[in-house]
Amino acid sequence: MAARTIPLAIVFFFGVLMTVQFYIPHPVSQRLYEMVLDWMNGVSAAAIILAVGSLVKHHWRKISRRENVVYSGVTLLAFFFMAFLGLFVSIAEDSLFQTLFANVQVPLQATMFSLLAFYMASAAYRAFRARNLEATLLLLAAFVLMIGIIPIGYLIHPKFADFAQWVLNVPNMAAKRGIMIGVGLGAIATSVKIILGIERNWLGG
Amino acid sequence: MGWVSLSLLWLAVAAPPDSLPADTLAPRPPRVLEAARFHLQDTPNDAGHSVTLRWTYPPGLQDSVRAVIVLRAEAPDVPMQEVKFIPGAPTVYKDMGIPSRTPFYYRVLFLTVTGDTIQSAVLGPVEAYPQWFHTGRIPILLGVVLYVGLLLWFIVQARGGKELFLRKIPGLEAVDEAIGRATEMGRPILYVPGLSTIDDIATIASLNILSHVTRKAAEYETPIIVPNRNPVVYTVSREIVKEAYTSVGRPDLFDPDQVFYVTDSQFGYAAAVSGIMMRDRPATNFLIGMFWAESLILAETGAATGAIQIAGTDAVTQLPFFIVACDYTLIGEELYAASAYLSREPLLMATLKGQDWMKFILGTALVLGSLLGLFGITWVHHFFAGG
Repeated sequence: MAARTIPLAIVFFFGVLMTVQFYIPHPVSQRLYEMVLDWMNGVSAAAIILAVGSLVKHHWRKISRRENVVYSGVTLLAFFFMAFLGLFVSIAEDSLFQTLFANVQVPLQATMFSLLAFYMASAAYRAFRARNLEATLLLLAAFVLMIGIIPIGYLIHPKFADFAQWVLNVPNMAAKRGIMIGVGLGAIATSVKIILGIERNWLGG
Repeated sequence: MGWVSLSLLWLAVAAPPDSLPADTLAPRPPRVLEAARFHLQDTPNDAGHSVTLRWTYPPGLQDSVRAVIVLRAEAPDVPMQEVKFIPGAPTVYKDMGIPSRTPFYYRVLFLTVTGDTIQSAVLGPVEAYPQWFHTGRIPILLGVVLYVGLLLWFIVQARGGKELFLRKIPGLEAVDEAIGRATEMGRPILYVPGLSTIDDIATIASLNILSHVTRKAAEYETPIIVPNRNPVVYTVSREIVKEAYTSVGRPDLFDPDQVFYVTDSQFGYAAAVSGIMMRDRPATNFLIGMFWAESLILAETGAATGAIQIAGTDAVTQLPFFIVACDYTLIGEELYAASAYLSREPLLMATLKGQDWMKFILGTALVLGSLLGLFGITWVHHFFAGG
């Protein structure tokens, strides 16, 4: 019982407190806000220990079960080696730690990001097959925009770029604002439900 | 004085040489503007560390002012220090970062294109005070009170047993089917709770859905994989999954290894989850929460494995990617409605009615504000602009 009541009470107290804080510009209120942010940082720091433990255990179990041994082995090896370098050697600009980060981690991330171009092409192919009215409209809007922002659009018609911009600024913006208003209201409603203890799924149901 | 030499240097640099008369560099005795043109006040709605200085120009002067210098002192009879040099001819200056409850005096100097210096009388004293209520946020407060009132009204109605109609949301209708599919195929379910932190409301909404999905998966004895990017989200999602297994009476099925932390790196996470999709071949992928550029990488990889995919996010820029690559997409507010929709709990469903009514009110205000704006009536716009 207490395992549920205490978190709900804490959430109610801080939910109401931080809502009220939003309307108070006084330094006392600002300090309270900064203090709560500091507490959040403290909680995050503690959670990192649990998360790293999870990472190590997860891959260790995989190795024990002879399941994707290479991937898990590389992960653990890289993790412990970088941790060793960072904790016991150096993280200075010319250190091995930074060299590995700049020459392994950064290019790997850039590679994943660049894959997005290919995924976009395959997703566009799937989306632009005019199977129904919505897909046809999507195809037409994309066509107008793509042509509108390249020089050939101007050659087709001098007003093409303006029309493309209008599609972006008017119908597209109207839809985006509609979604954003709904998101704002949904976010407030979710917050109210959690603060009042009506929504308890975050406690596991 | 320092400000005179500084202003002359600025005029020499900023003004085109041929636009200045020959006697520009010769300082002239300053004219004094009457104090009535100046309004000095404690800046409202702040923490008490700024004052605001406004002024109006005599007819014809504003066009010839090239720069303004604001001077400040703690007493009227001591030399003033320059606090701001502002190019152009502004009409307001906010002096920030001053101590609270300390009297200050100000003088404003106007440097003209002809080399004249026009100054104000000594203005003040003024003190900066902290405020206990932000009056500029009254419209927001009224909106929140109205909205929360609506939500509470419908909650009370639901407590009274009133039946509430909810329109069908295909993405949520498909949740049971998607879990059932994974069960039939004997493959796991992959649940990605987004890449954001726990203070993102989309993440919380996602974790609410995770609870439903896990309970259903536990009933069907279907394994669920929950990779996490954020350490705090990991600890919360782990507890949610564990509690969900317990709540359906199957704590024995909970495997601590099914909820795990991957990495804080955005594309490292995308690579890891893509790898899980390709190796473990989950039959159902839930991509629900906050996503950025990795959304399409995850959704396309999932589509390539043939998994049924249900996505949901309030990130407007990522929605098109999910719509084209996933079978069902929860758009914006549907993400927040999911928990109520799936649980069918009257109190939760009641809040959805409140949301719909608030949308109606806001829509009416938008139309009304736009129509009134056409006739030059702008108070609706100013009311919503707040502060």
